[in-house]
Amino acid sequence: MDVKLFQTIFALLFNGVAYGMILFIMSAGLSVTMGTMRVVNLAHCGFAMVGGYIAYALMTDGSVPFWLAVLLSFALTTMLGALLEFLLYRSIYRQSELKQVILTLGLALVMIASVNLVFGASVHNLDIPDVLKGNVKVLGVGLSIYRFFLIGASMIVGALIWYFIECTGVGKKLKAAVDNPGMAKCVGINVDVYFAGTFAAGCGLAALGGALGAELMPLQPFYALRYLVIVVIVVSIGGLGSIKGTLAAALGLGIIDTFGTYFFDDIGAFLVYFIMIAVLFIKPQGLFGRA
Amino acid sequence: MKTTLLPAGSFSQHHWKARDILPWLLAAAVFYFFDGYLALGTVIIIMIIACMSLNLVLGYAGVETLGHAAFFGIGAYTAGLYAIHVSTEPVSGLLAAAIVAGVFGTVSGYFLLRMRSLTLLMLTLAVGMAVYEFANKWSSVTGGDDGLSGISPGPLFGVFDFGLDGRTGYLYALGVLALVFLLVRTIVDSPFGLSLRGIRENISRMKLVGAPVTSRLVVVYSLSGAIAGMAGALYAQTIQVVGLESLSFDLSGNLLIMVVLGGLGRLYGPFIGAIIFLLVQDRAAAFSPQHWMFAIGLILILSVRFSDNAFVAGVAARLRRAAKW
Repeated sequence: MDVKLFQTIFALLFNGVAYGMILFIMSAGLSVTMGTMRVVNLAHCGFAMVGGYIAYALMTDGSVPFWLAVLLSFALTTMLGALLEFLLYRSIYRQSELKQVILTLGLALVMIASVNLVFGASVHNLDIPDVLKGNVKVLGVGLSIYRFFLIGASMIVGALIWYFIECTGVGKKLKAAVDNPGMAKCVGINVDVYFAGTFAAGCGLAALGGALGAELMPLQPFYALRYLVIVVIVVSIGGLGSIKGTLAAALGLGIIDTFGTYFFDDIGAFLVYFIMIAVLFIKPQGLFGRA
Repeated sequence: MKTTLLPAGSFSQHHWKARDILPWLLAAAVFYFFDGYLALGTVIIIMIIACMSLNLVLGYAGVETLGHAAFFGIGAYTAGLYAIHVSTEPVSGLLAAAIVAGVFGTVSGYFLLRMRSLTLLMLTLAVGMAVYEFANKWSSVTGGDDGLSGISPGPLFGVFDFGLDGRTGYLYALGVLALVFLLVRTIVDSPFGLSLRGIRENISRMKLVGAPVTSRLVVVYSLSGAIAGMAGALYAQTIQVVGLESLSFDLSGNLLIMVVLGGLGRLYGPFIGAIIFLLVQDRAAAFSPQHWMFAIGLILILSVRFSDNAFVAGVAARLRRAAKW
């Protein structure tokens, strides 16, 4: 095979995986809340945006180092998620989808307006530390160090999520609470607390994705709605509530989108929509979703 | 979920009363006394039509959609392209837009309307965004980001020019609104409309009594698409520019907000919702668009959060009894 073509494919694959891993971190929380609590959360990307802006504010105004700013944005957004779960989301778990849509759309608008008032309408980027700047040559292709870091960090986060759900007592109780809330209550599991915790953690993960992925998806007020669609597509292709499915869909879409926009500029942009419509038409519950 | 029992007199839900003339009196008053507001008035009329179309599927048939702007935008682009490439005659452009948007409704509805709830919401969102991307990428025809300009419709019925004062555009839109209103009123009062409300209230029961649920929904979805397409066409012909925002998620969201604000499944809901929303938006946007967005978001949150609150429900019930639209 032509060396040039091979190098192009290799670079595209690398960027596609980096994009896909960020999508995965951003979507994991939405998959769980939509799949298990049946909440349509149109404000999910708003939490990612808020996380990104918190990291930005801490770094520029508080001169907090990058690593700490990212961790703090995770922690603060988790707290915000817990607070909003208590104030708003708890009341709509058993409501109609339309009410959920309206409430979360309203929340997304409030987030957009607040960010716009505080930070202005211009696009912001996070300053990444010097260690992560620059490129390394692998097989003759210059690859961004930061994206290596993104892939590594997302894999660690993914592994932690898996470990937490599959290998800890808390994770097992969570699965029970989600599978059969009534039965879980009977054996003494505090279902409300588990739901609240899961929701908050999902918001925190979105914030992590927003802060780490600001290099790929720059921060701006309409972030909350602009990237909502791709996240929703990831979640619905992967199957609601399935972490494994979300990972597969995010990686697949990240790679397909990167290749699509490179090779067929025009059709590439809506390749993802065709894939989603095709997948959902054949399997309405998504690739890994439960019927 | 509460199931409301349909009263025996469900068939003729609406009777003509003296107050049915109010919206048209208001429209006439704007035309004769406040002609500085004709441009805004035209936009409000167009949005009322679009909201009636959304109310038909969402309020009466209970189909939750996040992509209704697709119909509006398709109608707008069809009318714009028709005026540029085929004929500048406005009424045939309006019909062309209705047909194209209606066919799009039939085709997409055939696939979409087998799905329910969450899947349907996400699919309508994706279809809406796919249409948006399509218009964005196909810039040789649609103008892409710059929008479609150079639409100059010929005189209406070959007589009335679309002058700079906007009088013809206003009356033209008002005439279409009157026809659409009569159409929607007839639909929702017909046995077909009753079956739509049945599907909204309890889809399984409708299936059990043998109603062809999916095909009924496809029919109403196509009709609704055609009506929204006409609204888009009016927009293209009176504003004479079509931009990508006519296909955007923002528009779908705004239509949803207006319909909910006016009251779902109410004949005059779109009138009230669109008038209030657009008037306040017009004032607030001149003052500060950020605060406006914050306020509308807050209103949406509070309206859902306290909708099952006994006090609020009591006030709402009393208001509803007083107004009874």
